[in-house]
Amino acid sequence: MSVVEFMQLDLVPMLAAILACVTCGLLGTLLLLTRNSMMGDAISHAVLPGIAAGFWVTGTRASLPMLAGAMGAAVVAVVLIGLIRRLGRLEPGAAMGVVFSGLFALGLLMLVWSGADRVDLDIDCVLYGILETLIWPAAEGPASLIDPVALAALPEELWLLAGMFAVTLTCLLLFWKELRLAAFDPAFGAVIGFDPRPVRALLMLLIAAACVAAFWAVGSILVIAALIGPPAIARLLTERYAAQFLLAAAVGAAIATVGYLAAALVPAALGAAQGFNAAGMIAVMAGLGFALAAQLSPFRRGVVKQRRAAP
Amino acid sequence: MNNTAALPIPALSVRHLTVAYREAPVLWEVGWATPSSGLVAIVGPNGAGKSTLIKACLDLVPRLSGEVRIFGQPLAAVRRRVGYLPQRASVDWDFPATALDVVSMGRYPRAGWLRPLGRFQREAARAALAEVGLADFASRQIGQLSGGQQQRVFLARALALEADLYFMDEPFAGVDAATEKAIVTVLRRLADQGKAVIVVHHDLATAPHYFDHVLLLNLRAIASGPMSSAFTPDNLARAYGGRLSLLDQAVAAAAGAPGAAPRG
Ligand SMILES: Nc1ncnc2c1ncn2[C@@H]1O[C@H](COP(=O)(O)OP(=O)(O)OP(=O)(O)O)[C@@H](O)[C@H]1O
Ligand SMILES: [Mg+2]
Repeated sequence: MSVVEFMQLDLVPMLAAILACVTCGLLGTLLLLTRNSMMGDAISHAVLPGIAAGFWVTGTRASLPMLAGAMGAAVVAVVLIGLIRRLGRLEPGAAMGVVFSGLFALGLLMLVWSGADRVDLDIDCVLYGILETLIWPAAEGPASLIDPVALAALPEELWLLAGMFAVTLTCLLLFWKELRLAAFDPAFGAVIGFDPRPVRALLMLLIAAACVAAFWAVGSILVIAALIGPPAIARLLTERYAAQFLLAAAVGAAIATVGYLAAALVPAALGAAQGFNAAGMIAVMAGLGFALAAQLSPFRRGVVKQRRAAP
Repeated sequence: MNNTAALPIPALSVRHLTVAYREAPVLWEVGWATPSSGLVAIVGPNGAGKSTLIKACLDLVPRLSGEVRIFGQPLAAVRRRVGYLPQRASVDWDFPATALDVVSMGRYPRAGWLRPLGRFQREAARAALAEVGLADFASRQIGQLSGGQQQRVFLARALALEADLYFMDEPFAGVDAATEKAIVTVLRRLADQGKAVIVVHHDLATAPHYFDHVLLLNLRAIASGPMSSAFTPDNLARAYGGRLSLLDQAVAAAAGAPGAAPRG
């Protein structure tokens, strides 16, 4: 495969997958640390009606309206889950299950009604992501990376993913102390006059945004792999708070790269007519990574093996 | 800072405080005022409402009625001057946090929101950790500390707040004799600096030695005042009801002046 071909067909999807998985890894870490991973799964499914509504209103696959719709749907989902938990006295898992499967089904119906499934937002896209559609025909070689005209022709999804990553990073740095306090000991926060609800709400909004990101990259079924895989792997490898985030981001980038390359290049190199599904390979990498980390983990099963050097 | 010690305003005053979790109240018309500084004990049997009293003072459980004043002001106005050590920290012990991370949280209000924790604040947290004898455990993950050490980490976090009034719910639970002594030394230092420390304490034998002032609580405020006048066999009998073995111990401890207790 030539460089130009790689840049036209594979560079953008790979970058998109990396951005999505790094963003999801950072945000998923906060879910994992509050033992709230299921919320990621719930939101990732619940955003679908919002995405469909965004499509419905504009009639195109423009990113921003769909993002706005997804955020709205996520807010509705979080509020509904809270309501059902309180009114029905249900355990959180049950409330989430009811809400997210209901909203996901509604989203699928809306896609069919709106005719979106006949244009280019078909059910396959929803389930497996649209990585393969993010091509960059304007690329003519490495020089295109600094050519404004070629850069302007990049798929807008890539810019949106980059923007989401930047916003996530900014929020994480800005609310570093506050997010840690809200995650670790909200009761103590209450004593010192810190109300954890605003940062929690912010986190849920970011998760919704990340779900849209991951939705594009890996599809709704596998969002949970991007959201929870990297943090879970990182958690096996460190007991430091900051290191947990850095590792989750690094693992996210790694599984996206390796997963994408494995899906796109290996079959081609073998002469196979069709590549593997990138989303599937990324999720497989998350699983393999987890298995590997579990073997290497010094902290497995809460038993601390002898560490070579104390930090 | 410490001029409050000279003022006659009680560190904590509570009037007509009634709290119920369900129908039956667990605190009934409690009225109490502490001195403006010094070590104060809350004593009473299990389920007497001691923890609930503290939580109600800190707005952590809703009150049915009553008024709480801290240094003569409502809690919201003096939050910065109040510290709290819960009976059991309900945290996730697997959380990737070191002992120093936890104690540093006690410095968050001083550092200010949306600002990084500076070196000065980190050093203050380190000093608080050293004060409870855990300087060597600063970078240990909290789940890998013993129960007593965990308790001291949370005590250090409360100390790091540099409050003027502390609520400590059973700081001596599950700590060994040497640690208990170390904690009493810390509490004494706080009192000497003119701070008020309200401590839930279960050991009737040591209570008169450690504390200057006491509240005997069992649903109601049974008695309160200086140790010598309030911590009497009569009042203890009323607070503990029919629980005779405890009562005997209490009577012995209260009747036999300081020195009678083996751990004095
Ligand atoms: N969250 C709650 N919901 C319902 N009832 C509660 C709750 N917390 C405490 N209670 C009840 O309120 C009463 C007072 O409880 P509290 O924890 O204040 O007692 P305590 O004096 O601190 O006891 P201990 O010495 O065992 O710590 C008890 O009867 C208890 O069962
Ligand atoms: Mg209690």
